[in-house]
Amino acid sequence: MSLQYALTVTLNGLTLAALYFIVASGFSLIFGLMRTVNMAHGSLYLIGAYVGFAVFDPLYMNDATYSYAWYIAILAGIAAAAIVGIVMQVAFLGWMQGQELRQALVTIGISIIVADQLLANFGGSPFQFFAPDILFGPMEIPFVGRYSTFRVFQIGVAVAVGVGLWLLLNKTRLGIMVRAGVDDRQMLAACGINVPLIAVFVFGLGAALAGFGGVIGATAQPTQLGIDVKFLLTSLVVVIVGGMGSIPGTAIGAILIGVTEQWGQALLPTYSVILTFVIMVAVLAVRPQGIMGRPD
Amino acid sequence: MLRKRLSHSTAVAAIAAAAFVLTGPAPATAEDDVIVIGSITTLEGPFATGGQDAYRAMEMAFEEIDYTIAGKRIEWIRESSDAQADVALARARKLIEQDDVDIIIGPLSGAEGIALRDYSRTLEGKTIVNGSSGAADTTLRDPSPNFFRFNTEGTQWTAGLGNYVYDELGVDHVALVAADYAFPYAQVMGFMLEYCAAGGAVTKLWSPLNTTDFGSIIANIPEDAGAIVLIQGGTDALAFLTQYAETGGDRPIIGGSITADQTLLSARGPHQRLMEGMVAAGPIADLNDDPMWIEWVEAYRERFPDGFDSPSIHAFNYYTNTKAVLLALEEVDGDLSDNQAAFQEALANVEFQNPMGANVRLDHNRQAISDIFLTRVVNDGGTMRTEAFGTTEGVTQSMGMDEEEFLALGSPSRDNPDCPPGS
Repeated sequence: MSLQYALTVTLNGLTLAALYFIVASGFSLIFGLMRTVNMAHGSLYLIGAYVGFAVFDPLYMNDATYSYAWYIAILAGIAAAAIVGIVMQVAFLGWMQGQELRQALVTIGISIIVADQLLANFGGSPFQFFAPDILFGPMEIPFVGRYSTFRVFQIGVAVAVGVGLWLLLNKTRLGIMVRAGVDDRQMLAACGINVPLIAVFVFGLGAALAGFGGVIGATAQPTQLGIDVKFLLTSLVVVIVGGMGSIPGTAIGAILIGVTEQWGQALLPTYSVILTFVIMVAVLAVRPQGIMGRPD
Repeated sequence: MLRKRLSHSTAVAAIAAAAFVLTGPAPATAEDDVIVIGSITTLEGPFATGGQDAYRAMEMAFEEIDYTIAGKRIEWIRESSDAQADVALARARKLIEQDDVDIIIGPLSGAEGIALRDYSRTLEGKTIVNGSSGAADTTLRDPSPNFFRFNTEGTQWTAGLGNYVYDELGVDHVALVAADYAFPYAQVMGFMLEYCAAGGAVTKLWSPLNTTDFGSIIANIPEDAGAIVLIQGGTDALAFLTQYAETGGDRPIIGGSITADQTLLSARGPHQRLMEGMVAAGPIADLNDDPMWIEWVEAYRERFPDGFDSPSIHAFNYYTNTKAVLLALEEVDGDLSDNQAAFQEALANVEFQNPMGANVRLDHNRQAISDIFLTRVVNDGGTMRTEAFGTTEGVTQSMGMDEEEFLALGSPSRDNPDCPPGS
């Protein structure tokens, strides 16, 4: 096995991990900080991708708007997912706070409805965004050779999302309120803070990240119905491995899963699907709260 | 007394009503003049677009005869699967046990076909006619008397391709990128039988169905491979081609029979650069001079303005199989009595032309013998289309070999056949 090959596969793993991180960080935020099991997280990813594409397609076809179509698609995807997320929290999940099973079932129901609505409105054909010209095509990387520019860009985006989230949670007043809400909801409310409003904000942010991931993901790989389940499952595994509610934990989980998937595919294609679950089982056996999780 | 009696009869009525609700109205088959046909295709999962198109074609076949045969009405119950064998089986059970259908047409994907073949063996007086599934073993090994397939299968579809790549393209080592399940195994076998015998070497790269990230597969393509044989379909093929284009890959691509499908040709994107000129083999081609084909494509476009530019392979296969069922039903005047004996006999002997204008008849395993075309992707005035440029006539399931000899080669699998470089 050549060095170039090993580096390429590892880089593939890291770029895949970047995508997983963007999507899973939103899931982790909602799951870890609010204890809401959002089984519709994959649907928010799909909504971001589909709505983004609905906006992207006509702009991309037009020569005048072609160059910035992709950036507008990102904004549209984020906005659509955030709005749906906020509606979900306000209309359904907010008033059943703490009833985890009920929330899980409601969100599963929502995910089924969303999938059918997307099929009815957009059809079943796969689609893909085309990255702006500066991000498309191969670039030269030392020791690796020609490598997809967009995949490298994905890593940059993930790092930016991670740093942004960490700053938000650790260095702002809002972040302090969110973290306080995790530890003691009642006490925070007693201090005069509007806790339900914070919950809506956190949910909207988590959903927006899923929608953002949707557009980025649909630029890297073709997207179609059904992929929501894959991203929901991956997010669950990443968050369970990394530790709920921990941004560094989500990053570690995403890297572990992404790199394992790619190395698994390269070395043992048949069993690559199982490997991620082997990691999950191992982590759960040794450290049930996840690698960076806080024990209950 | 009167009162007591009244309440008594009310109770009886209530029980009767409840019983009616519980059992539902009498099943449709109780009527003599209705033939119930159930169907299964994939409206979910990686082949959802193909499944959608399959139902368009079935609709055309039924509409041609206005849903009536010999004065009997055809009732059509549609079901959906997601290309997984267990799901297809559950839906088939539902059609047989709850909807009481007479005939099932389906499924679409390889492993599903084997599952339904096995299920059909347990049925009495019911017939399963394949939809578009193309695993070889469904009819080749351990065939079921209740399972019929009027489309050719994955191995047959590759007839002529291996020789073309070795002799005409002059490539003696290919990287094979294929999905890891029954249908690609059949296609790989058909290709390799010819290609390895001609002297070619094959490096196999398998990926699970539903793979979206082909980064590691692409990194594994050997330096000295002269071409890539891509036996993938739907989203998987789109993902591979886009990512291969993105890494700047430029080897010629040889397609499997579901690679150069409308799903891929009509999707816009960088993969189209790699697809132009792509050679493949299969039972259909978008551009074919046969008048039957031209007429059929026109009818399809007119009936489904929102459909594909040209019917997909799944539409073609479902149409061919549905047509066979309707022809056989016509021959027996819709008579399904005596455990469908007369109908199955008629079905086994039906001989007709499929929309490509190719003759279709069944062998002793109830498997189609028909023509296979070599195709090439051309840019037809801005639209990508496949064009037929060669025909192998009357391809049998044993690829023209003696059947015993062919069976002795063993079932196609990830390791069979094998001709790695340097062997």
